[in-house]
Formats: sequence, structure tokens, C-alpha cells
Amino acid sequence: MTVLNKLFTVNALIVAFLVVAIITWLSTVISQKLLKGKIPGAAIAILFGLILAFFGGKWTGGTKGISDVAGLSGFALLGSSMLRDFAVVATAMGSSLKEMRKTGWIGAISLVLGVFVSFFPAVAIAYAFGYRDAVSLTTIGAGACTFIVGPVTGAAIGANSSVIAISIAAGVFKSVFVTIFTAPLAKWVGLNNPQAAMAYGGLMGTTSGVTAGLAATDPKLVPYGAMTSTFATGVGCLLCPSICYFIIRFIFGN
Amino acid sequence: MVIYGVGVLAACFLAGQFIGESLGNLLGIEANVGGVGFSMILLMISTQWFQKKGILPAQTEQGILFWSLMYIPIIIAMSATQNVFAAFSQGILAIMAGIIPTIFLFLCIPMLLKFLSK
Repeated sequence: MTVLNKLFTVNALIVAFLVVAIITWLSTVISQKLLKGKIPGAAIAILFGLILAFFGGKWTGGTKGISDVAGLSGFALLGSSMLRDFAVVATAMGSSLKEMRKTGWIGAISLVLGVFVSFFPAVAIAYAFGYRDAVSLTTIGAGACTFIVGPVTGAAIGANSSVIAISIAAGVFKSVFVTIFTAPLAKWVGLNNPQAAMAYGGLMGTTSGVTAGLAATDPKLVPYGAMTSTFATGVGCLLCPSICYFIIRFIFGN
Repeated sequence: MVIYGVGVLAACFLAGQFIGESLGNLLGIEANVGGVGFSMILLMISTQWFQKKGILPAQTEQGILFWSLMYIPIIIAMSATQNVFAAFSQGILAIMAGIIPTIFLFLCIPMLLKFLSK
């Protein structure tokens, strides 16, 4: 057993390769045999990942999902933002720069719209749950942008840690929701061309949700969605502690 | 050689991240603004330029293609490392604040496209 333990610890990344390969294979079999291809294998595999993450957190009390489980620490490297961004950049090869330039300004509009459409409904929900101070309302609203905008905004305007925790959780739920529901909703909202993917990326903002959601929908659209969503956290961090906070303070006072 | 492709990808990645970090610094916010986006633009420009010059052999291209194909496995691993349990333990407010605005965002996609195509 100690030999096996050592083997898994020393070769953590290789173990992660193998486990992801097995998950992918199982998901493809389920997709083709059980579901007759109605749900793509990638979507099922990502859902598998999220379920594993839930139990990883439950069993270990850690913050990094399944990678906190002994022997599976390689997931933290394989699923790191470094490798994710590296692979996302690689998908840009062969996609059309012309297409992006043509619809670039749609991306810009969708980014700003995305922040406001995330922020204000979330503020209203926080209000309904009894929050009345501008700092907490703004922080929870910011969390609905992405799970980075929430804590950055909260820290900037001095929110307490329990409110920041809620804002991070809201951002994680958004990312999970976008991950799972992009594929089933894609047809319905017309997400089937580069232009729509750029609008979608900017609106949703969550890079992890957008890249995973598009992977399950149509991998060809990934670079277009990723292109705009990569600006979203920056735009959110810019607008939430400034304009959005001023508006909330104006409405609710200090 | 395959490593040349990986090298080109790495160079574009680092240069783009540098632009994104610098832009964040310049704007005075603690976030990378569009790093991945700039990297992607750089990669598209440079590979197109190499192709035009005829100096992008298939093997070099393989070095980039491999990583673009590893993208979905990486996303699966990323999903498995999200803090999903902690998110659930924050209760119903976090769930609603995360999901309800997202439904509005989905509704915005066709509206935005229709508005812009006019």
C-alpha cells in the first residue's frame, strides 16, 4: 500500500491524466449507448467533474475539490488556471481573426451589459434576504459577475468575510450553472455562430463557465467565447467597486 | 519540431498575460484584464504570418494543436477542482444570487444579437 501511495504522490499529474481519460471514456460510453448522443460526452464528463469536486470538498473539508483527496492532487495542476488558459489560447489557432474584428464591438457591449445584468438582480435578491447596507449589497452583486469580482470588490469597499464568502459562492454557482446549462440552452438562444459566442462570452463573464459550457456545446466556438470572457473579470473589477457601488450607495445610503 | 510550436504558443501566452497584467496595473485594479484575449490575438497573428512565409511545418503546428486538443480534458480536471461543496454550504441566497442573474444573461443573448443586426 505504501508503494502505491508513493507512486500516486510522486506521479500526481500522470495519475490525473489517467483518471480524466477514464472519466472521458465512461462519459462517451454513457453519451453514445445510454443517451443516444443527445447529451455530448464532454458535457457529461464536466458534470462528473463537478460531482467529484462536491464530494472531494465534503470528504476532505478542503477548498480544491477532488484534488484535496490523497493521490488525486495532480488534478490541481492539470485543472489549474495556468494550463486552462494555455490550452484556451491554443484553441485560437485556426479561428478567424477577421470574424473577431468584425464583431469585436459586440463583445465590448456585452461585457458592460453583462456586469449590470448580473449585478442588479443579485442586489435585489440580497435585499430580499434582509441585507440593507450598501457594502454588503454591492459585494453580493459583484459576486454574481464572477467569483473573482466578488472578493476583489468586497475587499476594496470593506465588506466582512461572511458576505465575501457568499459572493464567492454566488460566483461559483454562476459558473456551475453556465457550465451545465449552456449546451441545453444553446439552440434556444441561438448560440451557434462566432458572433453569438462572443456576445455570450462577454455577457456570462465567467471564463471557467464559458469555456466549459462551450466545450460541451461546440468546441469550435470556444475561442470566440473565451476571447470576450477573458475581459469580463477586469471590467467587473472596474465597474463594481466604482459606478455600481455609487449607484447602490445613492439608493440605500451608507 | 514539436517544441517549436509549443514555444510559439508559450511566447504568445506570456506576452499576452504580460499585457493583461500591465493593463490591470495601469487601471489600478487587482485583476488581469484580457490576458488570454491578447495571447489569442498574438497567436493568430503569428501563426498566420508563419503560414504566409511558409515556415510553419506540420510538426510545429502539432505542438500547438496538441494543447488545443487537451483543452477539454483540462476543463474536466478544472471542474473537478472547483469549490462546489463550499458553494452549497453558503445556502440559498448564494444559489439564487448566482443563478437568477445568469438566467437573465441567457435571455440577453438573442436580444443583443437582434438589436445589433438591425
